[in-house]
Amino acid sequence: MNSRTSGLDHSIIKPNRKRWRRVKRDYELYLFLLPIIILYLVFKYYPMYGVQIAFKDFTPSKGIWGSEWVGFQHFIDFFNSYNFWTIITNTLSLSFLSLLFSFPAPIIIAIMLNQMLGKRYKKFVQTVIYAPHFISTVVLVGMLNVFLSPNSGIVNHMITWFGGEPILFMANEGWFRPLYILSGLWQETGFSTIIYLAALAGVNPELHEAAIMDGASKWKRVWNVDIPSILPTIVILLILALGNVMSIGFEKAFLMQSDLNYAASNIIPTYVYEMGIQKAQYSFSTAVGLFNSVVNIILIVTVNWIAKKMTETSLW
Amino acid sequence: MYQLLKRKSRGDVWFDIINNILLTLVMLLVLFPLYFVLIASFSDPNYIYSGEVWLFPKGFTLDGYERIFSDSSIWIGYVNSILYATLGTIIGVAVTVFAAYPLARKNLVGKSVIMWFLMITMFFSGGLIPTYLLIKDLHMLNTIWALVIPGAGGVFNVIIVRTFFQSSIPDEMWEAASIDGCSNTRFFWSIVLPLSKSILAVMVLYHVVGFWNGFFDALIYLNDENKYPLQLVLRNILVQNQVNSGMMIDVESYAAKMRVTELIKYGVIIVSSLPLLILYPFLQKYFVKGVMIGSIKG
Repeated sequence: MNSRTSGLDHSIIKPNRKRWRRVKRDYELYLFLLPIIILYLVFKYYPMYGVQIAFKDFTPSKGIWGSEWVGFQHFIDFFNSYNFWTIITNTLSLSFLSLLFSFPAPIIIAIMLNQMLGKRYKKFVQTVIYAPHFISTVVLVGMLNVFLSPNSGIVNHMITWFGGEPILFMANEGWFRPLYILSGLWQETGFSTIIYLAALAGVNPELHEAAIMDGASKWKRVWNVDIPSILPTIVILLILALGNVMSIGFEKAFLMQSDLNYAASNIIPTYVYEMGIQKAQYSFSTAVGLFNSVVNIILIVTVNWIAKKMTETSLW
Repeated sequence: MYQLLKRKSRGDVWFDIINNILLTLVMLLVLFPLYFVLIASFSDPNYIYSGEVWLFPKGFTLDGYERIFSDSSIWIGYVNSILYATLGTIIGVAVTVFAAYPLARKNLVGKSVIMWFLMITMFFSGGLIPTYLLIKDLHMLNTIWALVIPGAGGVFNVIIVRTFFQSSIPDEMWEAASIDGCSNTRFFWSIVLPLSKSILAVMVLYHVVGFWNGFFDALIYLNDENKYPLQLVLRNILVQNQVNSGMMIDVESYAAKMRVTELIKYGVIIVSSLPLLILYPFLQKYFVKGVMIGSIKG
């Protein structure tokens, strides 16, 4: 009887004790983790606690805790503000349009590179098309400025050479989105091919051999072997991309923004910066930012759920 | 049989020709803007202005570079960027690697809890203003610390390094070492790190490029111009059109000023990108490696 109880106790206590022993034995590993845990607590989790100022009237002298609650007032103000729909439309159309073009482009280029003959030339092409990825956003926007300058830019020189009228690209709201998307394609398409090239390198060569035996042309093999084989990779990257729809390249939009294209370039992140940092409307700006994050989370969870149902591939 | 696999149909021949032509066009489209900035920076601004520079520099001149290098703000920016990149990289890589190793170990107690603790920040964050207020309360505004500490140990980097450790340093190695009386710290320093030079190189590169190209944190947290990193100096010149008066010595007419401004813009693009452009061909394989390791699901 006695031994039985102790046996029972043993089975409950033992794993815990064993655990504790393991923690003690590996204490150094926890010390390794200490810096990142402290950093995250201070610089990531404390700001999450600070998000409550979205529901308060934050005044610096009273601090985060001392400021008064106002409930959803700032959100209501944002929804009722005269430019609410412009900002939402701008954000969504910029995101979805750039996704529409920048998502398939690297897949197509990767498949083409994968079929390319001539190893050395292929390497050279890759080296060149990866390069713009390393150019800073400031330099990219600077390049747009000099190339598109109405009197000295090479693009307008070309237009006038063909008999057209110079276009004020950077000062025109209608050109904001095309320029944003095209410059994004130029900068990132090449580098984004790497991940698909890795996936293509993993395609089972027997599938190709079998297809060749059956007399499939290269074109048919691309359609029926390559693309289905890299589909899981495509789905995962699409989920990630859709999950980031609301947090698109803020830096570039911010740098490209001017009073003249404001009607198209005023998106949620630039608005958060403008209201928060420039106009010091801390609570309102935080509320706008929080609204953005919540939409983002809803998007990524939904997309992940749909992907799981339809393709059995998902992030979690 | 082998012959059959080698033989090409007419359609396949066309496929290859068209494929190579299209990719060559893509490459030229990517290359030309970069090449044009280079030749324009060496050309007489009058020719750029009249649209006569297309494929080769015309009216070769180093005037733009002389003006750029005679200006102190560019030098200050360079020095600051080097400082921020060096310090930021040391802190960032250290935090990342230290965090990644324990998380790579198979049976660390509480591993999944810590992993979630880190991953949650990918989906939800306090956002711009709460973070800004925190930096302000910590009296980190206008200091180098605001640029190099808050972002250290990004989740993606931790995952990349962790995946590398998992695939190249099996737990059995640690078990064998620990039987011989090796401590975790010693194992990490004398076995894990020496075997991980390639991933360390990748991390150093990621950080250096990130710091070299970043401007937004500096824009928010710094207000002393003597502390501006290069990208912020560039922003003034390239985006806000504020060319320093130091660069405009002996330019009189308005038209000439405009031309010199354009020349300076082409020049600063080259000057600021030069370190990366020179290193790029040598470093490219490390970046590719980094993306590949990161894409393995761990």
